[in-house]
Amino acid sequence: MKTVTLTIDGRELQAETGQTILEVARDNNIYIPALCHNEAVAAYGACRLCMVEVSRGDWAKLVTSCLYEVEDGLVVKTNTERVNNVRRLVTELLLARCPDSEVIQDLAKELGVGEPRFTPEEGNHKCILCALCTRACQEVVGASAISLVNRGVNRQMATPFYAFSDACIACGSCAYVCPTGAIDIEDAGDTRKITMPNVTMEFKLKQCKTCGAYWAPERQLAHIIKQADLPPDAFDDCPDCRE
Amino acid sequence: MSKIKSLAELESLRESITKQRDPEKTVITICGGTGCRAYGGDEVIAAFEEELKRHGLTGKVDLRITGCHGFCERGPLVVIKPENIFYQRVRVQHVPELVEKTIVNGKLVERFLFSIIGGDRVVHEEEVPFYARQKRLVFGNNGLIDPTNIEDYLAVGGYAALGKCLSGMSPEEVIDEVKASGLRGRGGGGFPTGRKWETTRKAEGDARYVICNADEGDPGAYMDRSLLEGNPHSVLEGMIIGAYAIGSHQGYIYVRHEYPLAVRNAQIAIQQAEEHGLLGQNILGSGFDFTVRINRGGGAFICGESTALMASMEGKVGEPRAKYVHTSEKGLWDQPTNLNNVETWANIPLIINNGAEWYSSIGTEGSKGTKIFSLVGQIRNTGLVEVPMGITLREIIYDIGNGIPRGKKFKAVQTGGPSGGCIPESLLDTPVDFDELTKIGSMMGSGGMIVMDETTCMVDIAKYFINFLEGESCGKCVPCREGLKRMSQILGNITSGKGQEGDIELLEEMSQFLIDGSLCGLGNTAPNPVLSTIRHFRHEYEAHIKDKKCPAGVCKELTKDGS
Repeated sequence: MKTVTLTIDGRELQAETGQTILEVARDNNIYIPALCHNEAVAAYGACRLCMVEVSRGDWAKLVTSCLYEVEDGLVVKTNTERVNNVRRLVTELLLARCPDSEVIQDLAKELGVGEPRFTPEEGNHKCILCALCTRACQEVVGASAISLVNRGVNRQMATPFYAFSDACIACGSCAYVCPTGAIDIEDAGDTRKITMPNVTMEFKLKQCKTCGAYWAPERQLAHIIKQADLPPDAFDDCPDCRE
Repeated sequence: MSKIKSLAELESLRESITKQRDPEKTVITICGGTGCRAYGGDEVIAAFEEELKRHGLTGKVDLRITGCHGFCERGPLVVIKPENIFYQRVRVQHVPELVEKTIVNGKLVERFLFSIIGGDRVVHEEEVPFYARQKRLVFGNNGLIDPTNIEDYLAVGGYAALGKCLSGMSPEEVIDEVKASGLRGRGGGGFPTGRKWETTRKAEGDARYVICNADEGDPGAYMDRSLLEGNPHSVLEGMIIGAYAIGSHQGYIYVRHEYPLAVRNAQIAIQQAEEHGLLGQNILGSGFDFTVRINRGGGAFICGESTALMASMEGKVGEPRAKYVHTSEKGLWDQPTNLNNVETWANIPLIINNGAEWYSSIGTEGSKGTKIFSLVGQIRNTGLVEVPMGITLREIIYDIGNGIPRGKKFKAVQTGGPSGGCIPESLLDTPVDFDELTKIGSMMGSGGMIVMDETTCMVDIAKYFINFLEGESCGKCVPCREGLKRMSQILGNITSGKGQEGDIELLEEMSQFLIDGSLCGLGNTAPNPVLSTIRHFRHEYEAHIKDKKCPAGVCKELTKDGS
C-alpha cells in the first residue's frame, strides 16, 4: 500500500492506494450520493448516483466513484454540471419507477428534481434493483436465497420461481441493507413475515425456554449453530434470559 | 497423423500435399456456408455427388464444400476450377445439366452465369463486379478450402506464419510486428491490437489467457460466423501466434451456440491442429505449449462485451463490470487476459507472412488493412464484402453492392451494428476508417452495414434499434435499463402520433445521459441511432410530432386510413 495525494473539490487529501474515490470522500466528510453502495458488500456500480468527474491534465471524464481507485495527482470534482445531470436523470427515472419511495422522493428534493417527465409506473413497489439485498444474502449471509432474475427491463429481485425459498434463513439482512425500504419484515406472535416485491414468506420464530418470548427465527439460529459449531441447545434461552 | 516436430517437417508436409494436387484437375467448389445451406445448398451438394457418380467421374473430378464465398444474394454458389467458372443460384434440378454440359462436355450454361445489369454475362468469379472491387485478404481463402480439411489450409500456405514465429521470432518481435502493422481491433472498439498484447504480456499474473470473441450478435451481421465456419484454421493460427507473443498457454473460443456450424468447424479444426502438433504440447518442437477450448454462449448480445463475456465463462451471470482495471491486467479468473475478435485473429497470419510494412501500406493513416462488412438491407448485392480501409461508403454501396433495387432512392446506411449511426446521402463519400466514421456520428463496429431506401422511416428505424438494445440490456445500471425503456416509449409515442413538443430535446438529453452515465459500452453507444437520425433526419421527427405525418408512410397510425 502506498500513500497518494489527490484533490477532491479543491481539497488536497491523502489516501492509500486501493481505496476508492467514494471511500476517500466519505472519510473526509465530502458528500457523494449513492444508493447501491454498502461497505458490507463489494462495490457494484449500478445506481450511477456516485458518478464524479475526474481529470488529469487536459482530459476529464465521468467515473463511478464507488469503483474508481484513487491515484496520485487525481483531480476529482463531485459537483459539476455534467455530474449533476447524470444524478438528476437517474433520480427522475427512479422516481418514475418507484413514485411511492420516500427515499427517492427525498433524493429528488435534494437534487432539485421535480415531477418526472415520464409516466409513473403502476404498482406500489419501491425496489430500484440495486442488488444490495441479493449481494448481502450471498456475500455476507452466505445463503443466496434471493437473486436477480430476468434481463434488462424485466429484471426483478426474487426467490427461485417466486416461491418460498428453502435457502432463506429469515435473518432479514436483505431488509436491513435495502436503501429504499422495499422489503418488509413483521414479527407477530410465533411468526416472522417477510414481504418482498414478488413474494411473501413466513417463518417460525423460536420461543425462549425460560421467558416464553418469541425472539428469533428458528432457521437463523439453526444456521448460526451450524456455522459456529455450537451445541444444539445454545439458543434455547433468549439473550435476556441467558446469563 | 504423426505430429509435426519442426518447421522443416511442416514445409515438407506442405510440399507433399501440394505435389499430390494436380492444378489442372477439375474441382467443383460449392459454398457450404450457412446462407447457401439455407437456400438448399446441402441438396445441391448431394446432387453433384450423385451426378458425378452417374458419369463415372467420382475421384476424377473433385468436389469441395467450402466456406461462405460472400455473395449470399446469389446462392447457392458453385465455382468450377481451375477456370473459376462462376455459377449462381444453382438448384438441385439444375445439377444434372451443369455436370453434363460443363464438366463432361466443357461447355458453359449461360443462364447460371452472373449477368451485369444492362450488360453481358460474365464467366469467371473475378469478373463479377461484386468481387472485382473487393480486397479479399482475410476472407479470400474461404472459397478455396474445405474448412474441415487441414490439408486444404496447409495447401494455401496455412500455419507458415506460426512456423515463422516459433522458429525465428521472439515474442517481443511478434508484438512489435503487430504493433507496426497498425492493426486495430475488428470487434468494434478499434483498440490497437499490438498494444493490447503488450499490456497483457507485461501484466503480472499466475497465468495468461487468450480469448477469441465469436459472440457476434448485431442484427444482420455474420462476418465472424462465416470466418469461423469457412476458415477456422486461420483464426486458430492467429490465436496460437498471439498466445506465443503474450505468453499464454490456454485459449478459449467463446462462440454463441446458435452458430452450430461455426462450433462444429472450430471443433474439427482444433482436433486436427492437435493431431498435427500445431496445438498442444511442444508445438512444432519449439517447446511452446498451447491448448484451445470452445465455450458456447447462450446467445445474449451483452456477452459480446468483454467483461460480461468473461463473467459468462466463469459461470456467472453475463453482466459487465466497470473496466477501470483492464481485462488485459485482470480478466478471466482475475488473470491477464487478451480478448480479440474473430476477424482480428484471422488478420494475424497475414501480417506475419507479409510483414508489417506490407500490411500498413493498405488503408488509411489511422486504419490499416481491410475490413469485412455484412452488406445487407435494401441493396442489390447482399453479402459479405471485404474492402480496404479508406474505400468510401459510396463505392461499397454502388460499385460492390450495385445500388438500391426496384428503382428506389437511397436514404441512409447504418454502420456499426445496433449502436451505430445512420449516415445520409450527403456523407456517402466518407472513407471507411475508425475515426472518420466516429466523427460523423456512427462507428466502424464489428462490420454491420444496413442500407435503407426512401421507403424507410428514420424514426421507426431509431425505435427498432432502441427496442433491440432495450431487449438486450442486462439491466444492471439505471441509465441503460430505465433510460432505454423510456426512450423506447418516447419513440413509440412519436411513431404512433402521440409525440409532443419537446420530445426531440428530451431524447437528446437522455442520449447524453446514457453516454455519460452507463456502466458499459452497450449503454454508452446505445443512443447513436437516435442521435444520428435526429442529426441527419430531424425533419422526419418534426413531421411525426408537429404534422402527425410519417413522410415515408411506414408508421401505421400516421397514415391516412390507419392501415
